[in-house]
Amino acid sequence: MNSEINSRILRTVPREKAFYFFTSIGNYTGASAASLKEFMQRIKEVNIKSLEFHLHRGDFEKWTTEVLEDQWLAGEIKRLQKFGLTGDALRNQLYLTVSRRMKRLTSPSSPVHF
Amino acid sequence: MKLKKNEASLDQADLEILKALQEDSRQTYTAIGKRLGITHSTVYDRIRKMEKQKVIRNYTTFIDLEKVGVKHILAIVTVYTDPKETERVAEKLAKSPEVLEVYTSLSDELLIMAKIVAATQEDLHAFVANSIAPLDGVLRIRTSMITKKLKETHFSINNYTRGLHL
Repeated sequence: MNSEINSRILRTVPREKAFYFFTSIGNYTGASAASLKEFMQRIKEVNIKSLEFHLHRGDFEKWTTEVLEDQWLAGEIKRLQKFGLTGDALRNQLYLTVSRRMKRLTSPSSPVHF
Repeated sequence: MKLKKNEASLDQADLEILKALQEDSRQTYTAIGKRLGITHSTVYDRIRKMEKQKVIRNYTTFIDLEKVGVKHILAIVTVYTDPKETERVAEKLAKSPEVLEVYTSLSDELLIMAKIVAATQEDLHAFVANSIAPLDGVLRIRTSMITKKLKETHFSINNYTRGLHL
């Protein structure tokens, strides 16, 4: 059961459900993520303004809930919003949160939170 | 500007009729005829001919949305695309009701410019994020919100008399 849920969270979603990184209203950076793995990679490289824009709007939380269906990760990202992080501190903390989640989901022995 | 050889051939009277219609398309054939010194039936025949030739595409009404009270925002969206996909992206954009105008440009980069209307900034963002960004070949998008309109008009026959030639 858990592995089915893990696979669902880790799946690659269709292009129209991918996450598209913007720096402000209507300004698309060209970076997108169609899976949690891609999402983690993009966090490292995308313009920091984009991370600040989407975190502030709650877009990451919405996408992880509605598309990846990972409530636990959505909750962790929501917690980050409250810290008011910006710049590299935000990038590092967000990357850490998502990479830890990835590690748990891909490690067969680790218990996974849902 | 010159008309291509395969375009409808128009004489000076046709152009004068078009000019009159662009100023006020509700005026009568008689009024146009009086102004040009020709009969109303000649005006009628020439207008019918230009409608059939699609020189006159339609008669429309400009509405001041502000006065009607329709809340909306306008934006110019520039879409940078993979050259192989530009035409297809532009055609898809042209089919969306939110898109009022679409142009492609052959500048340093192949790009598409579109004028978009939305009820709110959030609606505009949702349209760009959900309907433009996911299209194959879209590389990046720049959006400029229109804050003030100083002029909006269509190309007029009058422009010909100001240095453009048929």
